[in-house]
This record gives sequence, C-alpha cells and structure tokens, in this order.
Amino acid sequence: MHKLTVAELSKGLKNKEFSSVELTEHFLNRIKVSDLNAFITVTDDLALVQAQAADAKIANGNAGILTGIPYAHKDIFCTKGVKTSAGSKILDPFISPYDATVSHKLNSADMIMLGKANMDELAMGSSNEKSFYGPVKNPWNKNKVPGGSSGGSAAAVAGRLSPFATGTDTGGSIRQPASLCGITGIKPTYGRVSRYGMIAYASSLDQGGPLTQTAQDAALVMNVMAGFDEKDSTSVDRAVPDYTQNLGNSIEGLKIGLPKEFFSEGLDSGVAEVVMAAVKEFEAMGASVQEISLPNSAHAIPTYYIVAPCECSSNLSRLDGVRYGYRCENPKDLEDLYLRSRSEGFGAEVKRRIMIGTYALSAGYYDAYYLKAQKVRHLISEDFKKAFQSVDVIMGPVSPTTAFDLGAFKDSVSMYLADIYTLSLNLAGLPGMSIPAGFSNNMPVGLQLIGNYWSEEMLLNAAHQFQGETDWHSRLPEGV
Amino acid sequence: MSLSEQQVKEIAYLARLSVDDGEVEQTTAELNNILDLMADLAKIDTQGVSPMSHPLNMSQRLREDEVSEIDQSQEFLAIAPQTGKNHFLVPTVIE
Repeated sequence: MHKLTVAELSKGLKNKEFSSVELTEHFLNRIKVSDLNAFITVTDDLALVQAQAADAKIANGNAGILTGIPYAHKDIFCTKGVKTSAGSKILDPFISPYDATVSHKLNSADMIMLGKANMDELAMGSSNEKSFYGPVKNPWNKNKVPGGSSGGSAAAVAGRLSPFATGTDTGGSIRQPASLCGITGIKPTYGRVSRYGMIAYASSLDQGGPLTQTAQDAALVMNVMAGFDEKDSTSVDRAVPDYTQNLGNSIEGLKIGLPKEFFSEGLDSGVAEVVMAAVKEFEAMGASVQEISLPNSAHAIPTYYIVAPCECSSNLSRLDGVRYGYRCENPKDLEDLYLRSRSEGFGAEVKRRIMIGTYALSAGYYDAYYLKAQKVRHLISEDFKKAFQSVDVIMGPVSPTTAFDLGAFKDSVSMYLADIYTLSLNLAGLPGMSIPAGFSNNMPVGLQLIGNYWSEEMLLNAAHQFQGETDWHSRLPEGV
Repeated sequence: MSLSEQQVKEIAYLARLSVDDGEVEQTTAELNNILDLMADLAKIDTQGVSPMSHPLNMSQRLREDEVSEIDQSQEFLAIAPQTGKNHFLVPTVIE
C-alpha cells in the first residue's frame, strides 16, 4: 500500500480495496519502525479518529477525491491542539490554539494527518541538520542529509512513510529536499497558497506547497492547498484552476530555456549529465531548447542572505518568552527574561541570521545592505521577465551536487553557496518545481522547472508528461 | 567592512540575544565570514533601479473597519508561560 501514489490510493479507497483506517495504521506502523527521524510529533490517535470519519464518508458515498488519504504536515504549519515547534526549542512548548489555513483546508478535504514533519529550525537550513529534534536521514543513504528545510517532509515521502507531505519554500526548501530525496515538489507563485498560520521566516519569500511522488499527485493536492485567503494580506485573489485538467496535454512546441549561468563552474559533472539527459528527453517529446542568460544569477546569494535575515530578525522578535513558547527559568527581570529565553531557545544558525538582519537594518547600514539588496532583487526579477519573453519554461539543476554527508558542512557560508540555483526565483516570486530526473553515484538528482507567474498548470503538465516517459519518480530506496 | 567584537555584542543586545565572552570571538568570525559574502553587492550598478520589497508589486488590500476576530483570549492565555487576572505576567518592571 505504501508504494502507491495519492491518485492510486484514492482509487483503492473508493473501490474499497482497503479502508482509510487500514491505510492509516499501515503508515503509522511504518513511521514507528523507521529510523529516518522524519517526524517531530506523530499524531496516531488523532489520525485514527480522522480515518474513521473518512471511512464513514466513503461508506456513505460522500467522499471527495482526497478523503481518507494520509499526509505528513511540516511542523511549520499551525495545527490546533497539536505541538507546532517549527523545529525549534523556543516553540517546543507551543500547542497551537488555531489551525493554519493550509491545515484547515487539508482537514476539510478529509485528509489524515499522520504527524508533524521534522525540519531545519524555523526553516533556516539546507540539510535538516539544524533541527532541535536532531537531523533527518536521507532514505537513499542514511549517512547523507535529506536536504532542507523541508527535510522531514521529503524523507517521509521518499521513504514511503507518507504518500504526500506539505512543505514551505523560502529559498529552495521544497525543491532542494525533493531533489536530494528523488521526489516531486512544487513551490507555487508567491501569494498562491495562504501563509496564515505558517510560521513566518521571511515573509516576502515564504510559500507553501506539496511534496509528492508524482506531478499528478502534486496537482491533486494543489487543488486543495491553493486559493485566496482573506486572513493573509499577501494572498492573491485569483481563481484556482483544476490543476489536473491539463496534465494530459502534449508539450509539443514547449520552449525551454537553459540559463548558461546554471551550468557554469561549481556544478557537479554527474548532476549536469543527468539534467542534460532529462532536457534531451523533453526535446524528444517535442520541446525546443535554447540557451538563455540570467546575468544577475550569482547575485542571488548575497541578496537573499540580506533580505531573508532582515525579515527574520523582524519576524522572530515576537518570540520573546512572554506570551507563548519557551521561557527561561527564574528570570531576574524583564530584560533577563528576553535575553535568556531567546538565547536558550534559538539555535546557532537562527541566532546568526537574526544578528545579520539586525545589523543590516540598523541605522547607518540600511542603505548599504537592505536597500541595496532590494534593488538587486529588482534586477534579478527583471532577468526572468526578459527570459520569459522568449521561453515558456526555464530548466536547470536544483542543487549543484547530490545529497552530501551528514556533518559535511562546517560553516554556514559554504552551505549558503549550495543554494545558488534555488534562491533567485523566490526573490522574483516565481513558481518552480523539482522532479526526479535520474541518479548520480546512486543518489537522486532533481531537474528544476521554473515558470512565469501563475504558470503552475504548465509546470505540472510538463512534469506529468516527463513522468509518463520516464520512471525515475517510481524508483525506491533499498528496503522500502 | 568588518565587525569588531564590541559591535557584535551591541548587535546581539539589539536583537535581545546574549553572546558571552567565551563565544564572542567565534561569533564575530562567523558573522564576518557571512558579511564577506555580501561585499559583492556594493559592486553592482543599481543606479536608477527601484527597490523591490514585494514580488508581485501589488498594493495592500483594505477591508471595512469592523470587528472580524472572535474572542479567543482564554485559548491564548492558556498557552502562555505565566498569566494572572487575564494578563500575561512578566517579572516586575516598576516597583
């Protein structure tokens, strides 16, 4: 059962081949014996209650397409009555009193929450080693990282502990772990999925989306996750198409652009080979390929690592030990309470980013850092605008290498540099995907697809067509 | 532009984080390492380029000025570290 896709599970439930309770118990058992550390909290009791209700709906003929299907929920989404830690000690005691809009939507679709997925602390990291709850292991090789920050989500889907998982992507946190774990992930256009109740890291960049085995599954789930939300002031009031409707369309004539900056030095040759072979596959399916240039690509790293820390230093000021979350023992006065609650509650990487942001926003440095970064952000965005005048989709690698060894990166900067291919589209607010494209040294390699604003349908269509011609997405790690 | 240990202590205090004497040297080195990455920004020509603060260039939505939140004060007080008489409690500020 655990090898089936969401679409297949939906059919199986409808045809009464198995019940939602059986399905849920099966996944809960797999989670119990798993050593991936993909979950922070497993919500067995709640899941079984939800599964019973789903079975009743199926029996009554009131079931929707996702009724009774289990999922792993990234621990960044608030879930009423369930611990929502965002991978941080400072939120370890936080039992959310309300549901995020995404949580509410998935509940309303009668999906079954298996638990809350592990993640880098407050979504800051590219390896899932920065979680207060310990690192997650890559199902393809347990000495390697699953990527981050949605590392628990990606490992859960790749290890078939869950057919679907939610993720969030601020600088690559859906696409990079999807790539490193050999699964499908989509980061929608900024404003497509509500951020209400999604613990903010960098508000102008954060966007939620699904991690699944296939593009078809991503389309099914996007139908539920996407949509306008008046509770999120950055949510865009725009009709949600049925993302499954055009999956079967031919991609004949699709114009693919390959940015030369994505294939220059620093890209592992094994990854480059897999990516180019995938592009050839698209060509064989009737797409045309041309070289393009995104001249400001390399500037995405300093730009992102100013913009995101500035926004996080502001966002995380609310975690102060007063209203919720961790409070230090016996504070001697209010200042001691703030200082010790925050210093004891945040991990080292989060503190570094808060301090960089605080510095970059402080008087005398604002123009040189934050304002400058926002101007360069505009240049990066203009690069894409120009590129999309001549191509429909941009393709390239997601990550310069396959999954690296746990503990391989000793300092922050060298890990930041590995985000080179994913950051720029968050800065521009564009949608992007990672789909399984092959293997290098027995580790999965993802192909990145970047589309223009609101082009999720085209991306999912292209990915689905590719998955009809290849079987990389259905390869399984040993022992799964 | 490189941060001194004294500056790092000041930044930490602005962010209400403590960096004790044993950590300050390493923290300073780490932050300077990150800031070195930003040095390239200064070299980019941004003359006449407007800053981009929002990816979609949209304006803030307005709504009618009416009460839209239901009262959930008890739920929010219930998860606080310390409360009393419908308030969040902190150590005494003014005697």
